[in-house]
Amino acid sequence: MTKTLTIDGKTIPFQDGQTIIEAATAAGVYIPHLCHHPEFTPHGSCKLCSVKVNGRVCSACTFPAAEGQDVINNSQELNDDRQKITQMLFVEGNHFCPSCEKTGNCQLQAVAYHLNMLDDHFPLFFHNRNVDASHSDVLIDHNRCIFCTLCVRASIEQDGKNVFAIAGRGINKHLAVNSATGLLKDSDLDKNDKAAHICPTGAILIKRTGYQVPIGQRLYDHQEIDAVSLAHETEQRHGE
Amino acid sequence: MKAFLEQLAAKYQHNATNLLAILRAVQARFHYIPEAAITTLADLLSIPRTQILAVAEFYSFFHLTPKGQYEVFISDSITDHMLGKHELMAYLSERLQVAVGEVRADGLVSLDNTSCTGLCDQGPAGLVNGLALTNLDKARIDLIAELINQQKPLSEWPKHLFAVNDNIQQTGLLLASAITPGQGLTTTFTRGITQTLAEIDLSGLRGRGGAGFKTALKWRFCSEEPETERYVVCNADEGEPGTFKDRVLLNSYAEQVFEGMTIAAAIIGAKQGFLYLRGEYLFLYEKLLALLEQRRQAGLLGQNILGQGITFDIEICLGAGAYICGEESALIESLEGKMGIPRNRPPYPVSSGYLGKPTIVNNVETYLAAAAIAVNGGAWFANLGTEKSKGTKILSISGDCKRPGIYEVPFGITVQAVLDLCGADDVFGVQIGGPSGMFISNQELHRKLAFEDLATGGSFIIFDNSRELLAIVKNFTHFFAHESCGFCTPCRVGTSLLQKQLDKIVDGHGSAGDVVALEELCRLIKQYSHCGLGQTAANPILTTLERYPEIYQAQLKQISYEPGFDLDAALATARRLANRDDAGAHLAQIGEEHD
Amino acid sequence: MANKIKVATTSLAGCFGCHMSFLDIDERLVTLVEHVQFDRSPLTDIEHCSSDCDIGLIEGGVCNSENVHTLREFRKQCKILVAVGACAINGGLPAMRNFIPLEECLAEAYLHGIGVENAHVPNDEELPLLLDKVRPIHEVVKIDYFLPGCPPSADVFWKFLTDLLAGSQPKLDYELVHFD
Repeated sequence: MTKTLTIDGKTIPFQDGQTIIEAATAAGVYIPHLCHHPEFTPHGSCKLCSVKVNGRVCSACTFPAAEGQDVINNSQELNDDRQKITQMLFVEGNHFCPSCEKTGNCQLQAVAYHLNMLDDHFPLFFHNRNVDASHSDVLIDHNRCIFCTLCVRASIEQDGKNVFAIAGRGINKHLAVNSATGLLKDSDLDKNDKAAHICPTGAILIKRTGYQVPIGQRLYDHQEIDAVSLAHETEQRHGE
Repeated sequence: MKAFLEQLAAKYQHNATNLLAILRAVQARFHYIPEAAITTLADLLSIPRTQILAVAEFYSFFHLTPKGQYEVFISDSITDHMLGKHELMAYLSERLQVAVGEVRADGLVSLDNTSCTGLCDQGPAGLVNGLALTNLDKARIDLIAELINQQKPLSEWPKHLFAVNDNIQQTGLLLASAITPGQGLTTTFTRGITQTLAEIDLSGLRGRGGAGFKTALKWRFCSEEPETERYVVCNADEGEPGTFKDRVLLNSYAEQVFEGMTIAAAIIGAKQGFLYLRGEYLFLYEKLLALLEQRRQAGLLGQNILGQGITFDIEICLGAGAYICGEESALIESLEGKMGIPRNRPPYPVSSGYLGKPTIVNNVETYLAAAAIAVNGGAWFANLGTEKSKGTKILSISGDCKRPGIYEVPFGITVQAVLDLCGADDVFGVQIGGPSGMFISNQELHRKLAFEDLATGGSFIIFDNSRELLAIVKNFTHFFAHESCGFCTPCRVGTSLLQKQLDKIVDGHGSAGDVVALEELCRLIKQYSHCGLGQTAANPILTTLERYPEIYQAQLKQISYEPGFDLDAALATARRLANRDDAGAHLAQIGEEHD
Repeated sequence: MANKIKVATTSLAGCFGCHMSFLDIDERLVTLVEHVQFDRSPLTDIEHCSSDCDIGLIEGGVCNSENVHTLREFRKQCKILVAVGACAINGGLPAMRNFIPLEECLAEAYLHGIGVENAHVPNDEELPLLLDKVRPIHEVVKIDYFLPGCPPSADVFWKFLTDLLAGSQPKLDYELVHFD
């Protein structure tokens, strides 16, 4: 017999071992997320996928689906709080969208649009962060890093390398590169690595590819991230 | 350096789980973690250099730039402040000719703040090259400054500077008489292991760290796991400001703690145990090692314990300055040689802990109590206390009272009764369970210490009517921002925002909406954070805002808005460079244009 | 005239791009001025806000002391204050100087930069002094609405103002919200 849980009152099936977000995605229900990616080990750090499971706040990307769970996802309260968490990411880093090559194709920006975020709400940190343009093909702009660790995981789990790590504590966290100089050029990153393409923001970019898609034709210009995300994952499943 | 590192790596079997111990040795030798050491160690331990970098940056006692040959830290706990820390720090800075946070130009000495060192009953306290300094006053600081300037090795410093007193003020079931070494194990083997677990169950013993999970249940879960390689961990990362009971237990009752761990090992079927000792308690390390050796010689540890065919040994792992490692899964990460970042749960440590194997993590006091229960039986313990909180609780009492120190009291005792015991009057409020716990006012002294009412890991800080509430809250709030591991957004960013927002109000720049904004932040951090640190980081504000809203409101200006930064100070650089000081070169914090 | 809504606009540390975008509502301007009267604005050359402005539109962040005074005047005189565009909302491109110490910025511009003659930091009392960091306007005064974009499109201005004029809570649809 198929096991089921409900999300916002809708009954959806799941298989043992699935997380809530996996069950939701398979059933065509979008739960906002940034650090989650279906191809990699769940991380649970961005907290955008916070849902209420039987009244308790859980991260949908790490919490196992279980029979009869009553999950609240798309409520005004949760979306308002997700907006605040997104605003925290914006004020922590230096996200100047007009000057970022990722604009229009950026998940951080798109999730902000989806949550109808119009301002930063909190005071900005303006922390001084660097850019590492040393690599011939790939650029790191630390100003835009949100510590989702997708590049870390992609490098280990898919590329079979270990190019990235998160170092430091608390608000002083930063992306670190595994090379003697700490520079990307001295790492074994290749521009075709998954890790070079996985960044949900403009922190890791392939050089000489910016602004090639005209405004109006970019990923999120007309389509919201929920539709893009679900379509992408359906495509992935069919491709398997 | 290379030879040193090679020897070091060999000593630790080239095993990366020992990274903290290795880096502690590197820091002690060079007073920082040199770039070259990272490269060499990455090679020797076969781990990415980023793991070493990450660990070196994560823990407060590791540094990537050189510190002084004498690394001096002064404890920044609220209790140190109450004992005059601020003034003493300024004095020390002047005597040593080094600014706080800096290294003196000759490289001899560096000075900085550190989170609570667990010596709140004998502060102001500090650390020099990791060793605890107590009862600091001007005379001691003069002496310390002289010893440093003379470059006297620490071994030649007068012993009284490092004297740490137990200050046991009241004993009870556990502290009145320790069991004799081996007594707990003998009784356990005589009675039977399953029956002993039943006695622990009967005793009603719950985790003494504060969370209060039933000990027998945790041990049973672990023993029922299919995986048979299991671990016993003792959490002695006593970092909650105001807590110092574990320091005393490990100083004077360590054998009983080790015995409790060994009994636990027999119950769950573990061969290896770890005592995770906070770095601040380095002064206990050699003594504890000697005790472990003594127990091995006595057949109480090692192969075939007491001839029962059980093998178990205990290793001591030192922390390196990270409050978060008191969280059990962060502690396990740290034991594995990584940053102390709490894991996602489930799975829980009982099924997937150290190296992914079933692991129990318990507080020092829990093992102490378990050993006594093994000897005296469950009923002996359960006779005291309340229905849901059996036995006694060992409190660490500090702050405004005549007799700070360690008190063993039955659960269910009222706060007032505790205040009477330690000689506290003119009480304004009490911080129960440390900053992550609750601030109660002098209208609530009838409340009981018990899981049913005021749960506590043992921190009990008393404030009299001379104390400023907001200074206390500010100290605690800054503590959490400093100790946030940074894993999740709400805690990493939220605790820093909370610090800013609280400072804005405390420093007198708050206006109508600022307390509402403060509450909103508190709620977000509490509700969405990944672990207990974030979920409790707003407690100092929430529990005081609930009790003393008028104190917060009194800080606010009767205007609709004021900037959270100093506007006039923001012009200072431009003023200086333009060499101007006319009226137009200044800004009022609140505009005349303002209504 | 009397019952027309009074709108004031200004550009602080901005590029007037938001104002240009506003004018891109084109012929709808004609409809707009049937309901709206422009007060202090670069469009009118009125130097100070009347005391009874209804809506203040602020482009640009706060980079100097004059910006602070202007912003405070707007806050005092306008019932509704609106942060218009990326710079007003988060400092925008001018805030990218925040990562370089102000002393270095001024030294490069006035003391050591290529082609500098008669090197000195301008010190005339008529000149506003620079703040050490460029700030979003919500960090200096209370803001009621935010219109993101660099610039916000003409349709954003139109939708926002017509919603307000109709007495309803302004609501921007998905395609109207963008940060670039």
